[in-house]
Amino acid sequence: MKLKREKLVEKVLLVVACSTILSLMLIAVFMLKEGVPFLLKVGLRRFLFSSEWQPRNGQYGIYPMIVASLWVTVGALLVGGPLGIAGAIFLTEFVPRGVMRVVKPAIELLAGIPSVVFGFIGVMVVAPFIREYAGGPGLSVLAAALILGIMILPTVMSISTDAISAVPQSFREGALALGATRWQAVHMVVLRAARSGIIAGVILGMGRAIGETMAVIMVAGNAVKMPHSPLDSVRTLTANIALEMGFATGMHRQALFATGLVLFVVIMLLNSLAMSALKKRAGTR
Amino acid sequence: MRIEPKHTQRAAVVILGSATLFTLVILVLIIVFVLEKGLPAVSLEFLFTKPQEMGRAGGILPTLVGTILLPLVAIAIAMPLGVGTAIYLTEYTRETRLTRIIRFGTDCLAGIPSIIFGLFGFIFFVTTLGMGWSLLSGGLTLAIMVLPTIIRTSEEAIRAVPNAYREVSCSLGATRWETVVKVVLPNALPGIVTGMMLSVGRSIGETAAVIFTAGSSLRMPHSVFDSTRTMAVHFYILAREGISNENAYGTAAVLVIAVLLVNMLTYWLMHRFIARKAR
Amino acid sequence: MTSSFTLVPETVGPPTKIAVRDLKVFFGKQMALRGVTLDVPACRILGIIGPAGSAKTTFLRALNRMNELSPDSHMEGQVVLDGQDVYHPEFDPVLLRKRVGMVFALPMPLPMSIHDNIVYGPRLCGIRGRSTLDELVESSLKAAFLWDEVKDRLKTSALRLSGGQQQRLCLARTLAMQPEVIMLDEPCSGLDPISTARIEEALTTLKARYSIVLVTNNTKQAARVADTTAFFLMGELIELGPTSQIFTAPHDKRTNEYVTGRFG
Repeated sequence: MKLKREKLVEKVLLVVACSTILSLMLIAVFMLKEGVPFLLKVGLRRFLFSSEWQPRNGQYGIYPMIVASLWVTVGALLVGGPLGIAGAIFLTEFVPRGVMRVVKPAIELLAGIPSVVFGFIGVMVVAPFIREYAGGPGLSVLAAALILGIMILPTVMSISTDAISAVPQSFREGALALGATRWQAVHMVVLRAARSGIIAGVILGMGRAIGETMAVIMVAGNAVKMPHSPLDSVRTLTANIALEMGFATGMHRQALFATGLVLFVVIMLLNSLAMSALKKRAGTR
Repeated sequence: MRIEPKHTQRAAVVILGSATLFTLVILVLIIVFVLEKGLPAVSLEFLFTKPQEMGRAGGILPTLVGTILLPLVAIAIAMPLGVGTAIYLTEYTRETRLTRIIRFGTDCLAGIPSIIFGLFGFIFFVTTLGMGWSLLSGGLTLAIMVLPTIIRTSEEAIRAVPNAYREVSCSLGATRWETVVKVVLPNALPGIVTGMMLSVGRSIGETAAVIFTAGSSLRMPHSVFDSTRTMAVHFYILAREGISNENAYGTAAVLVIAVLLVNMLTYWLMHRFIARKAR
Repeated sequence: MTSSFTLVPETVGPPTKIAVRDLKVFFGKQMALRGVTLDVPACRILGIIGPAGSAKTTFLRALNRMNELSPDSHMEGQVVLDGQDVYHPEFDPVLLRKRVGMVFALPMPLPMSIHDNIVYGPRLCGIRGRSTLDELVESSLKAAFLWDEVKDRLKTSALRLSGGQQQRLCLARTLAMQPEVIMLDEPCSGLDPISTARIEEALTTLKARYSIVLVTNNTKQAARVADTTAFFLMGELIELGPTSQIFTAPHDKRTNEYVTGRFG
């Protein structure tokens, strides 16, 4: 009798375990169901590269949004990347372990703050500051890059810290025994060894930046036009979806799903890049 | 010109240290800023009365309720699925093609941005399945979002249980399921609960996925089929529509405190977990 | 390839509890146990000696189908308990492990109280009732010579006991299942001489009711405690016979070299 129960349990658990695959497939299916017919009608090239986004007139070019997403993401990486990596190096190599064990969770804890709050700070503090001292509307690529940079910083720092901590102590000791200073040991040996892990962290941070919606809506300005300077207002792909989903119907709605598809594909690519970079690190051990 | 390595080291330490300090300071400033501007608006009345004039006046009670109920629904769905998957992957199979596919699916899910979950939740739960904007739609969507976190933390916790316990249990005549329930799960509990708390923290702050699935009704939810507005969504609407900066700050303050509390609880739990393992 | 072992039967044999016929155990393509044939006598202590890597533990684990917990192991041959083939598809391995109990080399208390450790197995069998369980705890601990030392702290964690006490707890835990056969895999390795003596004392008392198989790295222990002794080498059974004979006049050269300490 117990044997029967065991077999039942195993079957149930198998079904449960497939729930992730099922969810993923459902998501893929529905995104494709809404987005592909649209893409077939309008054409992928026109969708991606036309600069006219006027759904009321049947114009569905998302090129300005793609460029906007790109600018904002690169900007965020320029802000969050170096800060995150610097923090990771400092906390693992130049600070006693006790301090690291307090500061690292503190930074991760603080960064659990919801994205809408970050966005609000951007609107209330950063944008006026930019408007005051650099000109332009304030709600701009620059504001978004700054806010997003701070938001992805913990991701980059966390993964980089793990990568750097994972470098065997013998590497450091070997360098130090040859007369190197701590900094020399770090940048000549440790960083090289942790390189793929750090890159993975940056790529994952990039993925987060591209996918961020709420904060960007609040600070980037949301004008649908090609940016010519960091002080311009822009609308990213994510913002476009979120802003117009509320009232979009028919082809318009399908266009937004198609945008989602593009995002989905890009982020999947980025994530697999990051995964393979992480695996490479484990493999070279 | 050759700079002394000692000097480059000092320069490096200063630069890196300043960067780290800068980060800490910024994050602390954000919290201080929100709390300073928001706490004055927060009072028992604020927390426990309903909003009036679309939030221009009054309190945030329904959003508070929504913020508690929505993660609850999500967890109620995601925990059995996630822990069950973790148990299956560790206790019932070894690495096969199926397990690799499951892990791949989990990793993919983990990387999807919340707006896409919002889109999916809207087209699938709200529209196709006809659940409408509701706690149920929102909860199901959030459940899928947090599933990878729960699977990962649960799997780690289950794997950390020493194999010796399983052997002993087996040698005393326990079946595999009995061993899981009586020995493995109780020992893996702190880690599993950590995953649950992380998911709760994430759900509290989530906006993009929630607004398209749970809606933004300001009425008190009475069943899982009712639409509800969470604090994060309420804050977003107040801020963007410029309805009331004062109430927006107040909501933000409550939101931030809630998230901080949950995260601190999670870390405390994680430390207990590590301390236990060390014994 | 014929196995070169020598079987010297006792003149007045006790009944056989477990009959093992040409037992082979494979891990993947590796043959770890090479065709062992022997009888485990009832109500006696069978000692198994041999250097490390001789597959003594593999042999034990084959008797209660614990080998099946390793993913790529499979066996050939027969293990017959009281006339029933334990590897028969209809024979419940869970039931088998209740009848053939095992004490492992390293003390492995479950992370629970002493009391809960002992009642873990019986509870799974459906034994309930506080007084029944308490009696079971007391009798098992007494049989393992541990009762006097822990009777006042049954609710404290088993992890707080010393190594020797933990091992006796594991013995008590196995006894609480009321098995028919008790297998011990190097139970005294790492224990101080006093704990070792206590366990040996317990075994000598227990053999009146149970059939005992004792794997030991310590030839002196086998000499003290076992009625019959089997010598394993590299997965093969080399010689089996009364303990006194194995240690004074072994038939096989290799047995002689091992027991006199020429290698090990």
